[in-house]
Amino acid sequence: MRYIIYFIIAFCLWLLLTLNVNLDHVIVGVIVALLGTVVFGGYFTKKPMKFLQLHRLFWIIIYIPVFIWYMFKANIDVAYRVLHPERPIKPGIVKIKTSLKSDIAKVFLANSITLTPGTMTCEIEGEYLYIHWIWVQSTEIEKASKIIASPFEKYLRRIFE
Amino acid sequence: MSILIIILAIGAFLCLYRIYQGPSIADRAVGVDIMGILFVGITALSALFYDLSYLMDLSITLTLFSFIGTLALAKYLEKRSLDD
Amino acid sequence: MISPIGWIIIWIGVVFDILGAIGLVRFPDVYNRLQASTKCVTLGTFGIMVGIFLLKGFTPMGIKALICGVFLLFTSPVAAHALMKGSLHFGTKMWKGTVVDEYGKDKLGGEQIDKKEG
Repeated sequence: MRYIIYFIIAFCLWLLLTLNVNLDHVIVGVIVALLGTVVFGGYFTKKPMKFLQLHRLFWIIIYIPVFIWYMFKANIDVAYRVLHPERPIKPGIVKIKTSLKSDIAKVFLANSITLTPGTMTCEIEGEYLYIHWIWVQSTEIEKASKIIASPFEKYLRRIFE
Repeated sequence: MSILIIILAIGAFLCLYRIYQGPSIADRAVGVDIMGILFVGITALSALFYDLSYLMDLSITLTLFSFIGTLALAKYLEKRSLDD
Repeated sequence: MISPIGWIIIWIGVVFDILGAIGLVRFPDVYNRLQASTKCVTLGTFGIMVGIFLLKGFTPMGIKALICGVFLLFTSPVAAHALMKGSLHFGTKMWKGTVVDEYGKDKLGGEQIDKKEG
């Protein structure tokens, strides 16, 4: 089952990249997508039916504007720190705890943290994440988790779990 | 509107300064990574100005190759072999 | 109506790009440089791609620009994460104003903070 879904996704990506429905292009696309499926299909998710559940798609659509808004705020923040003549930074690496269980949700949490204000993931280990923070507000695990991770966790939990 | 490309080129020169100056190898790796992404932007803007569609293909390829190159550099910094 | 918005987004993206490059030069150690430049340059180039999509619409170039932007949004944080872990294990010292280093305490046997002046 997951091989079939992987094949469909790869073929749709090919069609988007070429935007051309001549017969020869489609044949080459089928061959390339089959090769990709044979080689990489084993690494794909175990439960591909999650792609078809509508409430997950709904929360993805809600999540994208929230994420872009946080990214924009992050850039204003960095621009302020770059252009300020005294470089107001107080960096440090803190440790936070997440309540997300699945691996893919943790990866998306780490990527979201990297692109949002002043924080950047160093390593994920179990349920702890090491975060480089450009302006350390708290070194306790609970307080730092509340400041850094909680804006995203509620969306990601609804999308992936 | 070629002033946009000139601004991005100035940014690439700042990255070159960091690559030349950087106190450690890690600084140089960061400079190479950022310069790769700036080149993606320059290529995309050239595709827009000269209306050449294949430059956009080039920019997708450049994104992926810059990513793979940065991963190789990071593996080297971590003192692991490349097939680990 | 769409065209001025596209140009404005492209201009915002280019301004963020140059700010990221300035941050790469101004900040004191590897980790802060990585923070500033990765965030600014990723959003800047993503803005350029969205602007090109708005200017060109659903032509081949516009859709390719959007795909390129999405690839960038996925690959750039992973690359930054790998570089950060690499430089931590390489033993690059952190800036002397750093307040805390939990990773060094847990994994590398002591905080990796540069003590000397300079």
